[in-house]
Amino acid sequence: MKIAVLSGKGGAGKTLTAVNLAAAAGQAVYIDCDVEEPNGRLFLKPQDVSATEVTTALPEFDPEKCTGCRTCVDFCRFHALVYIKDKPKVFAEVCHSCGGCSLVCPDQAVTEREKVIGRVETGHHGETRVVTGILNLGEASGVPVIQEALKEAEGQNVPVLIDCPPGSACPVVESISDADFCILVAEPTAFGFHNFCMVHELAALLGKPCGVVINKWEGLYEPLEEYCKEKKLPILLRIPYEERIAEIVSSGKILVEEVPEYRKIFQELLKKTGGGQA
Amino acid sequence: MKRLLVLSGKGGTGKTTVSSSFIEFAQARAIADCDVDAPNLHLITKMEVQPEVSDFLGAEKAEIDPEKCVGCGQCAEHCRFGAVKSCGEVYQILDYACEGCGICEYVCPRSAVTMKEDVAGRQELYKGETVFSTAALKMGRGNSGKLVTAVKLAMLKAAPETDLAVIDGSPGIGCPVIASMSGMDLVLIVAEPSVSGKNDLERLIKTAESFQMKMGVCVNKWDTSPEKTKEIEEWCDEQGIPFMGRIPYDKEVSKAVNAGKSVAAVDCPARTALLQIYKNVRNELKI
Amino acid sequence: MRVILPVDEEKDVICVTFGRAPYFAVHDTETGTTEIKNNPASQVQGGAGLKAAQFVLDCQAEALITPRCGTNSAEVLQAADVKIYKSEGMGVSQNIEAFKEGKLSVLTHFHGGYQGIR
Repeated sequence: MKIAVLSGKGGAGKTLTAVNLAAAAGQAVYIDCDVEEPNGRLFLKPQDVSATEVTTALPEFDPEKCTGCRTCVDFCRFHALVYIKDKPKVFAEVCHSCGGCSLVCPDQAVTEREKVIGRVETGHHGETRVVTGILNLGEASGVPVIQEALKEAEGQNVPVLIDCPPGSACPVVESISDADFCILVAEPTAFGFHNFCMVHELAALLGKPCGVVINKWEGLYEPLEEYCKEKKLPILLRIPYEERIAEIVSSGKILVEEVPEYRKIFQELLKKTGGGQA
Repeated sequence: MKRLLVLSGKGGTGKTTVSSSFIEFAQARAIADCDVDAPNLHLITKMEVQPEVSDFLGAEKAEIDPEKCVGCGQCAEHCRFGAVKSCGEVYQILDYACEGCGICEYVCPRSAVTMKEDVAGRQELYKGETVFSTAALKMGRGNSGKLVTAVKLAMLKAAPETDLAVIDGSPGIGCPVIASMSGMDLVLIVAEPSVSGKNDLERLIKTAESFQMKMGVCVNKWDTSPEKTKEIEEWCDEQGIPFMGRIPYDKEVSKAVNAGKSVAAVDCPARTALLQIYKNVRNELKI
Repeated sequence: MRVILPVDEEKDVICVTFGRAPYFAVHDTETGTTEIKNNPASQVQGGAGLKAAQFVLDCQAEALITPRCGTNSAEVLQAADVKIYKSEGMGVSQNIEAFKEGKLSVLTHFHGGYQGIR
């Protein structure tokens, strides 16, 4: 069962939730799709790590065949191609690897070669398989890295926890596209609520069953409670704001391993999503 | 007019809390919210005038005319972004996945696919005594350098005679962050004293370094980890980045935010700390 | 020879940005005339600097006068032997004069890209 953990706003507690669910389950797969800032590994500290490079395609121009017609340059909607001194040149960070230039060239002068944009690291934390997608600094899009990392979600008969990027743009869409259930992590604050609604809208658009985890809970935040009631969103867990939790998290430790009662709490949460052991 | 940009590597560190309090202290009259994926500043900075609203046009996206589509599937076969879905006998574009490359339009044998202007969101410019520029994106549309630049420029163009403009930036290290940096006099980074917070601070500084931006760092909720705060201070010292101050964890902050107020309006330890950092920033900016 | 400057809506004021300037002023030193042309890159989602640089190349300009320029555009211009000068003040005519008198310095610092993100 694939459980995606998302939040509109950064810092709400996505990684806290996903990491602890995986650690509480023990036999599980944790996949960090927040490829610009993958933080799960800072807590899970995976052992025996191996890495696979993630590449995208970059065009290459054969000077023998190129006639200088500039069809490729004119076709590229990302303006990644420039025609300088009688030959086209590609600017890699702007290229979206769509394959268009190679398709439209009337002289088959454009071929594609691989360019490394990031990597997927796999290791383990106890019985948990830890998968981390990492996008190289300066690269425009993490989507291919997310796609590669999510391959580890296939064919698993243990729970798969997918730690998503914040927000609701394309990398998030990619991360939750195959999920069976979405846990929406919300902060009970005005800022948290506004962004929470946006991400719920996205999950609902994709037809995903959802449940809510309210983190840093210090008392009822009415607008959030009302919204959940209205949309029939079950509130699965409220994690209180506690100094000891903040302390554990800020020192990179895993809550369910430091405080035994939280192991039970997260196992319960997993059951509520339908991902627990029968 | 000096321009201050407030950034955080990681979300949830208190970037908007810091920028909104500075806006209050400075009685700032030029403000921009460049965190267009999740704009929040308007929740605190209540403007009384109606904004000038304009559509923000993103990249063109593909659209299939179901009347012309014969279901040959050439578009789906060539699309590398999984944006073409079969729908009965014809095909459809998933607009949130479409990257606008134009290949489907090119390969369609029936000209059933056209590239159309996509309204990706809307820009709002409030022009009262204070000028406030912001924007909101439609779902699935990413932030872009184009929009961040547009929001910033809208403010700069309309800004009155004033000494300080405050710009709330977006989290992360990607292109929207880079776009927000140009033309800024100082970039203040709000960091969180945790393993992830320090990690993200380092990634952000690395990204900003090549642009020769004047930078400063402050730590929010510093007392949740005095050790990590010290680590960050020492790291800043090593890197030659001015450390502007630290703000204690204070319950009054979320109380104020939830009540739609800036923490600058509440007398509390966080406010005192923020005021000191604000003074340090003004010093750095020589105003 | 032709020299190009990014200009603002006012058309005689230099624009703070190169890639997304609304217009370009193309000055021909031989005829002494300045033509204002639309910048095809001003409204693009991404790769504006590159498209604007391509425009400069296609105009067969030999020099660009601008307050700032991105690393991608700089790479294109330098590969095509187009010289990049740093503008002084905001006036278009003043900068053209300063350029002719050899008073402008070469732009050496280039900023990172603002590419549209997906």
